[in-house]
Formats: sequence, structure tokens, C-alpha cells
Amino acid sequence: MSDLRELYQEVILDHAKRPRNFRIMPDADHQADGHNRLCGDKLRVFLKVRDGKVDAVSFHGEGCAISKASASLMTETLAGKTVAEAQDIFERFHALLTSPVEDDGAAESLGKLAVFAGVREFPVRVKCATLAWHTLQAAMAQRPDAPAAAVSTE
Amino acid sequence: MSMATAKPPAVAGTRPDGARPVFNGEKIRADFPILTTLCHGKRLAYLDNAATSQKPRCVIDAVTRYYQSQNANIHRGVYSLSEEATGAYEAGREAARRFLHARDAREIIFVRGTTEAINLVASAYGQRNIAAGDDIILSAMEHHSNIVPWQLLCERTGAHLRVIPMNDRGELCMDAYEKLFGPRTRFVSVVHVSNSLGTVNPVKEIVRIAHSHGVPVMLDGAQAAWHLPINVQELDCDFYAFSGHKTCGPTGIGVLYGKLNFLEKMPPYQGGGDMIASVTFEKTTYADVPHRFEAGTPNIAGVIGLHAALDYLAAVEGPEMLAHERDLLAYAQQRMAEAPGLRIVGTAADKISVISFVLEHVHPHDIGTILDGEGVAVRTGHHCCQPVMDRLAIPATARASLAFYNNQADVDQLVAGLRRVLEVFA
Ligand SMILES: Cc1ncc(COP(=O)(O)O)c(C=O)c1O
Repeated sequence: MSDLRELYQEVILDHAKRPRNFRIMPDADHQADGHNRLCGDKLRVFLKVRDGKVDAVSFHGEGCAISKASASLMTETLAGKTVAEAQDIFERFHALLTSPVEDDGAAESLGKLAVFAGVREFPVRVKCATLAWHTLQAAMAQRPDAPAAAVSTE
Repeated sequence: MSMATAKPPAVAGTRPDGARPVFNGEKIRADFPILTTLCHGKRLAYLDNAATSQKPRCVIDAVTRYYQSQNANIHRGVYSLSEEATGAYEAGREAARRFLHARDAREIIFVRGTTEAINLVASAYGQRNIAAGDDIILSAMEHHSNIVPWQLLCERTGAHLRVIPMNDRGELCMDAYEKLFGPRTRFVSVVHVSNSLGTVNPVKEIVRIAHSHGVPVMLDGAQAAWHLPINVQELDCDFYAFSGHKTCGPTGIGVLYGKLNFLEKMPPYQGGGDMIASVTFEKTTYADVPHRFEAGTPNIAGVIGLHAALDYLAAVEGPEMLAHERDLLAYAQQRMAEAPGLRIVGTAADKISVISFVLEHVHPHDIGTILDGEGVAVRTGHHCCQPVMDRLAIPATARASLAFYNNQADVDQLVAGLRRVLEVFA
């Protein structure tokens, strides 16, 4: 299939093999579990927010190449962003994966995250690419010190 | 690989001595229109037969013919079209009786599939016979559809589930099974052939042991029914279930077999038309078995399609077909072992052609996407058997499941696809 390389870009394979910020954060003040029931992906996102900004973010768990790479690149992208900025990036990222037409401008504005544009051709994999982001949202919505929230992409 | 089946691969369709073809695979393939479909421009290698089987032309034609020239409701009209439909529906019951080698056609109940059959038994049998503190025995390799209905029953009644453990090869521990029986054991429900591991369970022995404790047994035959000859009288099981769509038939139709003496004592499962003898607002008397369990207008087209499917299977089934499946399984397992880092999950001594596998460093979901691009359809995930995955400490597997209409070219395409997976993830 010609677009297989579009899906499994070098950057994605690299982050899947060597995920960044892949660790449990014992002193996180927000965390949530994400579960993709279809394929068994399970990950937990950890977050520290200071003055409305992402101070530290990490993740841990099991997943396919797409969900792991997406989580890894998400953590790189979010460092230092405000909660509102994070939400905005997610919305544009989601549109990139699901919009029926290619939008080069949108892809450019997403920087490194644009490598996921190829996922659009594989609708069943959109859930893999967005699992970490849905989990992040649940973590942000969670009150500090409450037990981990849980989301599922089913 | 320590597979009992890994003898030198015979070429499928020929005798071990290579002499003359005994199973005409190409003729069989021509019966299945979908097998000529292209997938991403490539030849389709359909290896997800454990999820659902493909349909031969005769089944598709039977369903079409019914809607074109026989369609009427059953058991109600006096006009000839309705009588004809009723006759075709009841002939389907007789075909299912023959297929399972049941004694009496009244022991055949039409349901939506295996799932509904199990729910029916858990609900109608469970309601009268299972109470707080009772035990129900299941196995560690059950499909969710043979777990959740019993859990619901436990929630309603206060009964408990006991689980027969399995070893790392995916075989049930029969010693442990025997020890699970106690004075409060009321029911055993076990899968005949596992959909995630391919294990063929020693169900005759499972039934014998349960009966020695006076406990009835239900067998989930969803995977077994089109791979093995089924004789419910010989197995002596009290209930048996299978799905039409996994036996070359349509979706939405399945069969529950139950021994007459059990069915006759069971209350209805659902209420409605067709399951009654007489209705007043004060009291309703129920129809006799099997109609008592078939409320409402049934899946008439489904039964007619299933009838065609069971006739078709009866014509192709036999020692040659079984040998073809066995040879193809051996060939597939041997070829797959060529892929570095590939591990087959489920290596029971007695197994049919379900091959679950994991690849080191590659998640099953990524395997599935890349194989799809190569025209190879496999299932990835937990296969509705999360407890099996937990037991084996893996999140998911990829699964290639073979049918009698598969051939070596399908397996070769799978192996080539696996090579592509390894290239991408090199
Ligand atoms: C072993 C087993 N039991 C039960 C079922 C449920 O069958 P159905 O979905 O047709 O009701 C399946 C199907 O996946 C199965 O493989």
C-alpha cells in the first residue's frame, strides 16, 4: 500500500521505539487512565500544572506504535503550554486526523504533530492517535489529589 | 515450536504420498464469490474465519429466493405461501437436528446466535435452578459471551463463578476441574473450541465428570461446529450452541440444542406471539417446546440460509476436509515460524486452525494495519477473551484463523505480509 509509509513515518517509528517522557510521575497533581478497548491499548498520563501552565507531563503504559508515538510527541509539544493552548492544539490535531480534505496550513501550524496526517487514510487508527490526548483532557479536568480519572475511546 | 501437529507439511489437497488430489480446494473456492474480491488492489487472503465465515453462493441464493418468491410469515396463515414458508422454516429445524445428531427436532431452538443461546439458558434454566450460594463452573478460556450471562445470573441470584484454570499452552487443567465440584455446584458451561487459542477441549470427559456429580453441562460450539463433526448424543451434553454466521450461514441466526427433558421444565425466555397456547388477561399458557422459546416472528430467511449452509457443509465435510485443514494448519505454523521474533500463543496438543501470535516489538494492531495493506485480513485485539490475555500476560494478539476454503497461497501471502511488517519495524 502506497500510504503505509505515510502512516509509519520515521518520526513515528522513532517515538514508538524510544518514547520520550515515558515514566511514572509519582508527584503528579493530575493523572488519568486511557483505554482503547478495541486493541487493548492502556496508558496513563501524568501532569503537573503551575499557574495555568503545563509544568511537567509524562505517560506510561502499553500501546501500538501510533498511540505510543502520539503520546510521546504530545508530551514534547505540551511542555510550557497553557491549559487553553493545549486544548487548542488538540482541537487542531483532531481536525487534522478527521477532516475529509487535506489542509496543509493546518498541518504546518501543528509542527511535529503534522507527521500524523497520514492517519487520516486509516480511520480505524484515529482512536490510537487520539487516545493520549483524550486521556490528557481527562487528567486536566481532574481535581488535584482525586483518584485517577478514566476515559475510553470506545 | 513444539506443536504436536508440526509434521512435515503435506501439500494441501494431495495425499501425504503426493499421489492424487483428495480435496478439490479450487472447486470449493469457486463456491465463495467473495474470495475473488480485491482488497487494496491485491488478492484477498481472508484469514479471519473465527470471527465470521464467508458464505457460499448456495446460501446467498437460498436467502434471495426466499425473499423473491417465498416470503410470508409462518405459523399463522392458512394461505399456501405462508404454509410454504412454515414448511421451509421447520425443514431448517430438521437440518439443524441432523447436523448436531440430536434425537428429536424439538430439541432445536432457533436464536440469534451463540450469545443469545447462552443468555437463554442462563436466564430460563438459571431462574429455576440456581440460587444464592450455588456454584457455576466456567473455564479460563471462555469468550465473553460465555462469561457475562453467567455473571448477570450471579448478580441476580447470589451464585458464584468457579473457573477451570489452564496451562501456558492453553490446555485446561483437568485435575483442577474435578476439584472444583462441591455440594453446591449446579452448572458447567465450557467452550468446545477456543476462539483465541484454537484449543479443542476434552468436552466428552468434561461432561462425564460433571454428570458423575449430577451437574448438567452446556457447550459453546461457536468455533467447533464447522471444524469438527458434532454429535450431541455421543457428547451427552445437556445444551449445545452455535452461530449460523460461523458455519457458512447468515448472520442473526443460531441454534440452541437442549435435551428435551431440560427444555420441557424451563420457563419461557421472552414473551410474545408464537410462544403461547392461549392468552387472556388473567392467564397465559405457553406453547410446547421448541416454540415456547421462539417468541415473535423469527428470522425465517436466516433459518432458510442456515439450512442451505448446513447442507453445504454436510457435502464438503469429511476426512478429506479435516485432513486439508490439519495440513494447512501445520504448513501455516511452520511458515510463520520463519518470521524472527514470532511466537504462537496457544500450542495445545489438540487444536484446530486458529493461530494467535505476537511479534516481538510490534503491537498486534500495527501488524493488522500492515497486513491489511497486503490484502490479508486477520483479527487483532483480545478476541473477546480478556481473561485469556490476562492469564497469558499479553495485552492482545494477532490471529489468523483458517477455513477449508483457504489454501497455501493465502498462507504464503500472510508470510509475505509478516515480512513487510518486519521491514517497517526493522
Ligand atoms: C467461542 C465463541 N463463543 C461465542 C461467540 C459468540 O458468538 P455470536 O457473536 O455469534 O453470538 C463467539 C464468537 O465470536 C465465539 O468465538
